[in-house]
Amino acid sequence: MLQEESDLSLIIAQIVQKLKGSNLYSQLERQAWASLQRPEIKLESLKEDIKEFFKISGWEKKLQNAVYSELSVFPLPSHPAAPPEHLKEPLVYMRKAQGSWEKRILKSLNSMCTELSIPLARKRPVGEQKELLNKWNEMGTDEPDLSLFRPVYAPKDFLEVLINLRNPNYENGDSLSFRTHLGLIQVPLKVKDIPELKECFVELGLNTGQLGIDDSTQVPPELFENEHVRIGQKVLAEQDSAAAQQYIRQGSPTALRAELWALILNISSEPEDVLYYEQLKTNVIQHDLLVDSLIYKVLLCFSRDTSVLSHFAYNSASPPKSYIRGKLGLEEYAVFYPPNGVIPFHGFSMYVAPLCFLYHEPSKLYQIFREMYVRFFFRLHSISSHPSGIVSLCLLFETLLQTYLPQLFYHLREIGAQPLRISFKWMVRAFSGYLATDQLLLLWDRILGYNSLEILAVLAAAVFAFRAVNLMEVTSLAAAEAVLADLSTLKVMPLLQIFLFATVT
Amino acid sequence: MSRVLVPCHVKGTVALQVGDVRTSQGRPGVLVIDVTFPSVAPFELQEITFKNYYTAFLSIRVRHHPSAHTPAKWVTCLRDYCLMPDPHSEEGAQEYVSLFRHQMLCNMARVSELRLILRQPSPLWLSFTVEELQIYQQGPKSPSMTFPKWLSHPVPCEQPALLCEGLPDPSRVSSEVQQMWALTEMIRASHTSARIGRFDVDGCYDLNLLSYT
Repeated sequence: MLQEESDLSLIIAQIVQKLKGSNLYSQLERQAWASLQRPEIKLESLKEDIKEFFKISGWEKKLQNAVYSELSVFPLPSHPAAPPEHLKEPLVYMRKAQGSWEKRILKSLNSMCTELSIPLARKRPVGEQKELLNKWNEMGTDEPDLSLFRPVYAPKDFLEVLINLRNPNYENGDSLSFRTHLGLIQVPLKVKDIPELKECFVELGLNTGQLGIDDSTQVPPELFENEHVRIGQKVLAEQDSAAAQQYIRQGSPTALRAELWALILNISSEPEDVLYYEQLKTNVIQHDLLVDSLIYKVLLCFSRDTSVLSHFAYNSASPPKSYIRGKLGLEEYAVFYPPNGVIPFHGFSMYVAPLCFLYHEPSKLYQIFREMYVRFFFRLHSISSHPSGIVSLCLLFETLLQTYLPQLFYHLREIGAQPLRISFKWMVRAFSGYLATDQLLLLWDRILGYNSLEILAVLAAAVFAFRAVNLMEVTSLAAAEAVLADLSTLKVMPLLQIFLFATVT
Repeated sequence: MSRVLVPCHVKGTVALQVGDVRTSQGRPGVLVIDVTFPSVAPFELQEITFKNYYTAFLSIRVRHHPSAHTPAKWVTCLRDYCLMPDPHSEEGAQEYVSLFRHQMLCNMARVSELRLILRQPSPLWLSFTVEELQIYQQGPKSPSMTFPKWLSHPVPCEQPALLCEGLPDPSRVSSEVQQMWALTEMIRASHTSARIGRFDVDGCYDLNLLSYT
């Protein structure tokens, strides 16, 4: 009991420390001061009266949402003896692999820099700044001319690195044993099996109403859809993050989705946030970065956002470092590059594209994207042992396929079409660009609802299960790719439900 | 609760194996680590911390001196404590662990020796052990303070001398000063972790190449 109490006070202290620097803290303070003028606030019972005022006016709920948000994002405080690297990634060999991978990316960017004679960063001349400011609003959807620039890396380069990951303390011998991994991923991370997934994703079960299934045209809306929308409106009225996260596991009505996602990610639209976005825009106008040519508008601002650096505390990756020209090695002139520490890869903009359907106001769109990145998307392109990390997702996918579709798995392996080679690109991009937009948003509803990316691996396996009959007839990797080339007609929720809850094993 | 590190000597691990080490195939699944405290008298053990390296289960036996007259005996204080929920997978394999007195099965007073018995039933790992082993005893309790007489028995308040007109009431001033002092202490104590947002150095972001270190 002693240990749990001290753990709890440590968590509370950590959250309080983090919230003290936030907007919410100063707002609460201002509200508390302003409330002193109210007649119901008495000096004798000041503390209780102010607490009551916060409860009635909805400020307590805002605080609860902020605390819930912190709990969801930040891992629990680790052991006092554990160094900060341990919080980023506990397994030493994975940290090393991530370090080598990062070095490769840095070398690639540096050589792009020297070959094309383009500096990593330069201050824009005033004329160019004016021109960019004028063009800003039109810049929206056009991708710049990328013909000169090769991508820093493509997902399949990253896959090769993951395939070569080895634990030096593991029996990696050639002799077959009961634990030989027949897939491409050769590290023994713990992944869930279907019974555990069923328990975890219980709201996707056959007896629970789902948007994406029970709102189809053949089903009368009185059966599920109307009531579900009504509950959604109530959740939004209550402004309760935790309730919204639970609600969205059954999918979000299209009209409520933008607000629900903002509530779950705890994004408010204060004037300070709009101002912050404008400041980032100014930074974009002033400095031109090499990485700019690889991405576009929202991501231009994202690259200048130093607040993103704080997520590296729990990300196994580290931000690249550079020095001001002429001051190599001098720590006072050390800076991060790009300012947010994230080097985009080929297709990075696919994380933003679906959000453009939900949010039209730039600063809101920006905040939602940033929060989605530091909660989820960063795990898709760094090497770590986290259950939602890409390595675990790959292993989960391969294990599910091998366990529940052994014939298919064996056949694909025999013809040289390891399934992961096809599904990797889907998972790395969280299926963005592969599914129809409405289906993708239903999928991302569940990522938010369950605060985990495991659903991506389950969907990948479900897609293979769905096309199993055709796949059993192919005789080459290219033919297998062709069978799985077009996912745009797939309905995501029925596939997931059948795979998890209705497949006879 | 304060704790004090106890200097210890960790002997090399001894593998327990049936049969001849050279000829038998397979790796030992049980290792024993003895920990002695050569320069310290029997003490009250408060906490054990270590970094795990692929050990699945841990048992600990202590050499216990119940009193000055009875001879020392070995007692099991922890039995099959699980460090890795699935011995075949990575979960818990490299975690930092703390074990406290209240988790132990027996009294931890007057401990003179420790024996850690490590088990790893999975044949998949090449080796296993525990690292950075540290033993703590209870630190000294905060010393009781004796206050000087004039603090604990203040004299009754004297009537303050009447000051000139126009000067503020001294008791009010002192309470306000006290409030201001408390505020400044609060502000100094609560430093936030919010970033400022600048990424350049004095307006300059003219960079060379990326650094590899």
